[in-house]
Amino acid sequence: MLQSLVVLMFFQFLGELLVHATGLPLPGPVCGMLFLLAWLRSGWTLPVELTGVATGLLDHFGLLFVPAGVSIIGFGALIMRDGPAIVLALMLSIIATVAITACAFGRRPAAQGEAAQREARPRSVP
Amino acid sequence: MIESAKLAGLLQGPLVWLPATLAVYAAATALWRRHGKAPILNPTMLSIIAIGAVLLLSGVSYPAYLDGVVILNYVLGTAVVALAVPLHRHIHLLRGRTLKLAAALFVGSTTSLVLGLIVAKAAGASLETILSVAPKAATAAVSIEIARGIGGLPGLTAVVTIMTGITTAVVGPYVLDLLGVRAPETRGLALGVSGHGIATARAFSESEAAGSFASIGTALNASLTAALVPLAVWALGLT
Repeated sequence: MLQSLVVLMFFQFLGELLVHATGLPLPGPVCGMLFLLAWLRSGWTLPVELTGVATGLLDHFGLLFVPAGVSIIGFGALIMRDGPAIVLALMLSIIATVAITACAFGRRPAAQGEAAQREARPRSVP
Repeated sequence: MIESAKLAGLLQGPLVWLPATLAVYAAATALWRRHGKAPILNPTMLSIIAIGAVLLLSGVSYPAYLDGVVILNYVLGTAVVALAVPLHRHIHLLRGRTLKLAAALFVGSTTSLVLGLIVAKAAGASLETILSVAPKAATAAVSIEIARGIGGLPGLTAVVTIMTGITTAVVGPYVLDLLGVRAPETRGLALGVSGHGIATARAFSESEAAGSFASIGTALNASLTAALVPLAVWALGLT
């Protein structure tokens, strides 16, 4: 578990380093994630329990947003003034965005799953 | 007896607020599980409400609280890096669908941005607020930078971004159920494009495939939103 944590934190550091060095408009951890993804796809060696540690961390992903979320208590006055407009804008745009994105990507799973399986299967018939 | 100054010092460090945050979140998660993971009982939302209320009632300031739990912000970065693992395992589901993904991403991102701007303006929000609402669908670190660039308020943007994530995590699954969307990839992507990391957490609770696609949606949408917001603000004459 320690090895896996070190690997994750190393890539986190690498991402942060790149963002600071280049001024990329992306958060450091997102860059680190892309580096780790590239590493995984290249098939180079990694600690075996990395999957377990990653799953364990992501099981509690929601917890990690709590500190940032609590900052809302400092915005009482602004929320009082523009709150209704903000809530209305969020509700309408979120409902529309979720619906439109889902419809554009395709609502049905089965056909795609079969297509993926067909691709994965070795072709015996030309 | 402990001196009161020492006691006050303890109340500001991680000794109290870190375990308190974990305990509140664990309780919220237990409640949410007992009710069949109902989106309306989103554990992140319940925890923010509970801890926010405790802080307001006890008069502890947000910076003092943050001081105690700042380690969680660091671990959030580590968890974001860890997203690469499920992403790697599910990326084959994208095969042959990259065009569809690009199209869905583009219409979703544009809808979120333009509708948010127009509704906020029509509802009479101040210009600062409108500009702070614009980048809401990008993940917080990105949305704050976008807001800074166009003249929004970074602090308010952070709050609106988190509200967007929570609202998506709460409302999004019901919208998808109503539309009969069952494919985990589609559910994940829609949640991620609209509600970044917080909605991604919700998607992971549905399935790993949904969570992976929510991560893809989050990452791509953050980049696209950064490019589109200045354009939309200019096109709608809001500068």
